[in-house]
Amino acid sequence: MSAIGELSSLRADRARRPLTPEEKAARRRENNRDNKTAYLFLTPWFLGLAVITIGPMLASLYLSFTQYSLLQPPTWIGVQNYLDMLGDARLHHSLKVTFIYVVVGVPLQLGFALAVAIVLDRGMRGLALYRSIFYLPSMLGGSVAIALLWRQIFGTQGLVNQLLGLVGIHSTTGWVSDPRYALWTIIVLHVWTFGSPMVIFLAGLRQIPAMYHEAAAVDGASRWTRFSKITLPLLSPIIFFNLVLQLINAFQSFTQAFVVSGGTGGPADSTMFYSLYLYQKGFGQLEMGYAAAMAWLLVLIVGVLTALNFLLSKYWVFYDD
Amino acid sequence: MTDLQESAPVTTTRASARSAVGGRSASSRARSVVKHAVLIVVSIVMVYPLLWLLVSSFRPTNVIFRTPGLWINDLVTSNYTGGWTALAQPFGHYIVNSAIVVVGAVAGNLFACSLAAYAFARCRFRFRNMWFAIMLITVMVPIHVVLVPQYILFNHLGWVNTFVPLILPKFLATDSFFIFLMVQFIRGIPRELDEAARIDGCGHGRIFLRVMLPLMGPALATTAIFTFIWTWSDFFTPLIYLTDPNAYTVPVALKSFLDATSGSNWGAMFAMSIVTLVPLFLVFLFGQRFLVKGIATTGGK
Repeated sequence: MSAIGELSSLRADRARRPLTPEEKAARRRENNRDNKTAYLFLTPWFLGLAVITIGPMLASLYLSFTQYSLLQPPTWIGVQNYLDMLGDARLHHSLKVTFIYVVVGVPLQLGFALAVAIVLDRGMRGLALYRSIFYLPSMLGGSVAIALLWRQIFGTQGLVNQLLGLVGIHSTTGWVSDPRYALWTIIVLHVWTFGSPMVIFLAGLRQIPAMYHEAAAVDGASRWTRFSKITLPLLSPIIFFNLVLQLINAFQSFTQAFVVSGGTGGPADSTMFYSLYLYQKGFGQLEMGYAAAMAWLLVLIVGVLTALNFLLSKYWVFYDD
Repeated sequence: MTDLQESAPVTTTRASARSAVGGRSASSRARSVVKHAVLIVVSIVMVYPLLWLLVSSFRPTNVIFRTPGLWINDLVTSNYTGGWTALAQPFGHYIVNSAIVVVGAVAGNLFACSLAAYAFARCRFRFRNMWFAIMLITVMVPIHVVLVPQYILFNHLGWVNTFVPLILPKFLATDSFFIFLMVQFIRGIPRELDEAARIDGCGHGRIFLRVMLPLMGPALATTAIFTFIWTWSDFFTPLIYLTDPNAYTVPVALKSFLDATSGSNWGAMFAMSIVTLVPLFLVFLFGQRFLVKGIATTGGK
């Protein structure tokens, strides 16, 4: 079961049958030993949780109510950072850019991943080869080398314009240097890395018993009916899983925008992703308090969207058990 | 566990079932031709940029901007020799930096995540479900919310411009994703094995070392490979913690290429891009089986 399925179905596992006193004593001894071992084995994780995750989260909550430049101790300013965020036009713009990226890029990538996964059905010749080819970009796509390549491909003299030239369109637009198109080149890069959701979809498709389709085909169901009545509902938990994870990841996108724009979020702030703006505020202008407040807004947005996703999932996700 | 590789029987039963239903008619053959045609076109679009990058790295810079094709008229290697020495340090220096970080991160994840996973999968302890839920939720916490205080902490400890901030968190099992992956894997290992070891007088420590770890090979390999790829490509963390050019890892060095040569020396930059992609590609090539299984497991059953 997927991490997300697991999370929504966590239940206490207790012994159902009443135990004899000897059994109880044995169980207790065993539990005590298990307890000690577990806490010993989990020591690194507990330390990490405290020092690397929860501690910093609390500290960042505190810092979000302060003004802090790293050089002097933080000064408490109450909700001023949050009020400033309300009036920060650049922040609103970065939210808009990020939303466009998420709302267009994520469904496009998932749609592509699902379509290709369905075409690549089980009996297909060359499946392993196609799968590798489609999966490769998503393994390399997060690297700076690929982002630099992208910057060049969509540059004034880049590959895209060279190819357009071959078919007689002589464009002098540098796609990455034109505010109208720069964001879309990053969306294209995102869609290009559809390989990892595709692999998850392929695994999911494999879980659907072939006999469902066969039975439906015998009953005369069309391909479309089989797709919409069998494949989609049975795949819905996996679509849901991909959607939640990709959404969370897309909101945190950074490298591609940073490299393509040379760290500026330009041209004209058209690739100013939220996390890029946060980085600029915190580590460029040393407004650590403001950056912390921005981080909490991000948590809030991602949290609300994830919760919304879980709520809406009741209407379209089918758990078959 | 989803098993993608060993599914030959499924394939044949379905193929034969299909021929029993409709037969391998002319229309199904035509459909298969169309399918392959579409897939081949998509494949070309997918790999073309990568091939073009490879070819361009062997072209003189002034030719790169005039040739969309993949043929090479005069092959040059000066991009590689020039690119290797274009920054303050020879490029090998940054590769060594990256290698140190990657080895540390892989070791950390293997060590800490396997311990935690064993505890979650095989021990009964108080608040287990609560801790497990917390572990799953931390997969979803945006890194930005811990970023500033973490930086302040590591800065106070004098660890900025060292590799500690990049490696230490892995030894503290902060990549919960891998804990979950290993828990899933351990659940698939028959309990009889560790119960037999227990009857023979083994404690948890020995069961973990002697029984579980040897059986966890595939899960450990998946973790190592993913950690390698993600750490090698990671740009954000090194960008924040490594401000001294001598400490740069490969992605940050590659990025600084752009500033140092002000975009004029694309050939050299492409050559060094290829150099940084080669280890990723090799790991992908040899670890693909594990990568596919690992990622499928997290989403599937």
